[in-house]
Amino acid sequence: MIEQFKQMEKKRHDYAKEWKGKNDGKVMGYFCTYVPEEILYAAGVLPVRILGSHEPQDVTEPHIFGMFCPFCRDCLAQGLKDRYKYLDGLMIAQSCLHIRQTYTSWIKHRPVEFNKFLCMPHKVQSPHAYEFLTEEYKVFKKEVEKWTGKKITDKDLEKAIEVYNENRRLMRKLYDLRKRDKPPLTGEQVMEVVMAMQMTDKAEHNKMLKDLLKKLDSYTPDRETGSRLMILGSEDDDTVFMNMVEESGATFVIDDHCTGSRYFWNEVEDGKDPLASIAARYINRVPCPSKDWEERKRIPHILNLCKEWKVDGAIIMQQKFCDPHELDFVAIKKSLEDAGIPTLFLEFDVTVPIGQFKIRVEAFLEMIGEEDLF
Amino acid sequence: MEQEAIYPTEKLKCWNKAKDIRMKFYQDYAEAHDKGGLRWAGGAWTFDAIPAGLGDDVYPITSEPYSATIAFDKELSLECMEATEVKGYPRDLCSYMRNYWGSIITDKFAFGYKDGEFVPRFQGAKPISFPKPDFIWQDHICCSHAKWYQVVSDLEGGIPMYTVDNAVGPSNELTESKIKYIVEQLKDGIKFLEKTTGRDYDDELLFKAIWNHFVSTSTWAESCELNKAIPAPLDEKSIYSLYVLGTLQKSGKQVADFYEKDLLPEVKDRVKRGIAAVPNEHVRVMSDTQPPWSFLSIFRYLEKFGCVSIGSLYTFGLIGQWEVKKDGTWGAKTIPDVEFSNRDQALYEYVKYELHKPEWQHFYSCHLKSDMMIRIAKEWKLNGVMLHYNRGCEGLTVGIAENRLALLDAGFPVMAFEGNNADEREFDEARTKAKINAFMETLGVK
Repeated sequence: MIEQFKQMEKKRHDYAKEWKGKNDGKVMGYFCTYVPEEILYAAGVLPVRILGSHEPQDVTEPHIFGMFCPFCRDCLAQGLKDRYKYLDGLMIAQSCLHIRQTYTSWIKHRPVEFNKFLCMPHKVQSPHAYEFLTEEYKVFKKEVEKWTGKKITDKDLEKAIEVYNENRRLMRKLYDLRKRDKPPLTGEQVMEVVMAMQMTDKAEHNKMLKDLLKKLDSYTPDRETGSRLMILGSEDDDTVFMNMVEESGATFVIDDHCTGSRYFWNEVEDGKDPLASIAARYINRVPCPSKDWEERKRIPHILNLCKEWKVDGAIIMQQKFCDPHELDFVAIKKSLEDAGIPTLFLEFDVTVPIGQFKIRVEAFLEMIGEEDLF
Repeated sequence: MEQEAIYPTEKLKCWNKAKDIRMKFYQDYAEAHDKGGLRWAGGAWTFDAIPAGLGDDVYPITSEPYSATIAFDKELSLECMEATEVKGYPRDLCSYMRNYWGSIITDKFAFGYKDGEFVPRFQGAKPISFPKPDFIWQDHICCSHAKWYQVVSDLEGGIPMYTVDNAVGPSNELTESKIKYIVEQLKDGIKFLEKTTGRDYDDELLFKAIWNHFVSTSTWAESCELNKAIPAPLDEKSIYSLYVLGTLQKSGKQVADFYEKDLLPEVKDRVKRGIAAVPNEHVRVMSDTQPPWSFLSIFRYLEKFGCVSIGSLYTFGLIGQWEVKKDGTWGAKTIPDVEFSNRDQALYEYVKYELHKPEWQHFYSCHLKSDMMIRIAKEWKLNGVMLHYNRGCEGLTVGIAENRLALLDAGFPVMAFEGNNADEREFDEARTKAKINAFMETLGVK
């Protein structure tokens, strides 16, 4: 059902190289989903999110202190191992400190023709963040124009917004299907769709999504749903873990991840100035915990997802040493449990101890299913 | 041989005054309500001149130095750490933050009274409860800053909180838009303070506090600049007790006056008379990030080898403001030649000045920090660098591995040692001393 998406994700480098060949365009590697892809897309640039490979490695030790998260080290390893040699540009939008190190080390040791640290404001709850970010985008737009040699018109931006918004709407439809008693896709499959979304041309992804949605319209899977779970926390593209849990008598029906719903949940809304509209979208999006203050706005959103997707339990995962999530999970755990939703907390590394986690997950699922048992 | 004195030395005359200012700071905070005043809490980097406009009886407690104080009190620190862990917070989080939260959870303040005198707990004070702040006034550049106080507010059952996002990029890319973003937040913050406290805001007090801020941060840098001299008039262990005043209340008159009228003239005099901090100074190093506070003795250990740690980008630039002078060297930032005429203008000058803080630059690029460290290594005539791979502070450890590579490329020997600024469970003193032994041998001293 989702083989095409999976192939795109698994063969991400081949995809990007082929895209370059076919479109004679530039490819921009990016860290963090606060990067305004619409501006790049409007310039004919393919934005691809850099993710790790889940392989043990020893190349980042001289560059990043070992107490920073495994994800940032795994991503840097991809660069140092020259797996992204085809990139023309590299950028980051200001988010957590950890991934920032990947960016700064990468541009020094594997320079690219264009690099950018985009100053995404942290205080997204400030009314002044909109104007500030719009001004940052104006500068960024000019830099991209200079780099690509292409003038980005309002029409280009509006077209890019349209493609991206359609992608977001289609993904919301796909997620809505997971509200069914028998969700047509597993969490692992949906994760593949989202990952493919982050590294492919959105127009192409849209076509594939429309086909997928048609197929799923009347599709009922022959697997048991089991316990309906939510997964939330740090960056997570560990499909092996997802598969293990879903083979143990459960289905992930919803998530709160930047490799999941947080990436596409809200659209760019119409406005007079496309750059200001894009800025508003990134400021108003479901926040990463590094930007979720002073009020914790993510918690009511998570509780609402649990309610709408009829969640039986939640797995709170985090990348080891991921401070922003470590600073949130105690409050999130409490809120979920106060709402009657049991939780299991797991700490992830580049590879996870699947055997040990399986025992813990099975015990958790047994606890959730206790009422049915007796 | 290295232990023989080759320079004269003497104690700092202003030492006790520095200690008194620090103690009074905590006492004022603890007793603020008794005098009808207000208490507020926030980070050492916060724009602390802003709450000063609420009146002369508004007293802060700054989180990092308070937490370092707890770290120095090993017994209390362990209690705080464990209390925080029981609440579910991971032990790899900022160790200052965990000490601070622990002080709230255990309801134990690090100070109290002994025979009527206000002293630290480890000097035998009877414990007093953690004095709850009336409001939180924080800044945010590190991932932990705003989140730190989000949890404080949770733990205290809700405290009005305002945080300023000051992460607008490095000072070499400063624009009017970036300054405006912060100024507008500060203006909103003043409205928040008025609403929260019910007090009218006094711009004249604000102007005075901003001026104090300029004086504190510039004159502190000037004192550090004097440490270029051989022999160095100050050693890093002493510097820790002096820079801390700026982390407590850089906009306070008592701090500005101390740096300008006590410390700076005395350091100038020491340089003039060739007074050394370490009389057997043979080699010079610098450190980086906060030290392991429970083990400051490692700096005294260096002295056995005739090694002086002259400071660090951390001690120079955490509070100090710097600029490149006409001759290309690094010196204290010139105090702006301005008179404040209205709130907007004062805030603009304040923000424009503060965004050049050296210790804010590496949050955007470790390479900017490497450049500053190499500059210090050259201008302060260093033989080597000791880098503290500090598990307790990610904000200041970001990019440290790249700093190491850059320093080595620039020809400076580097010793890296792993530890934790405020969690003594993560520091191996014997191993660190063994590393120092080997490093000193590398530098040619035994």
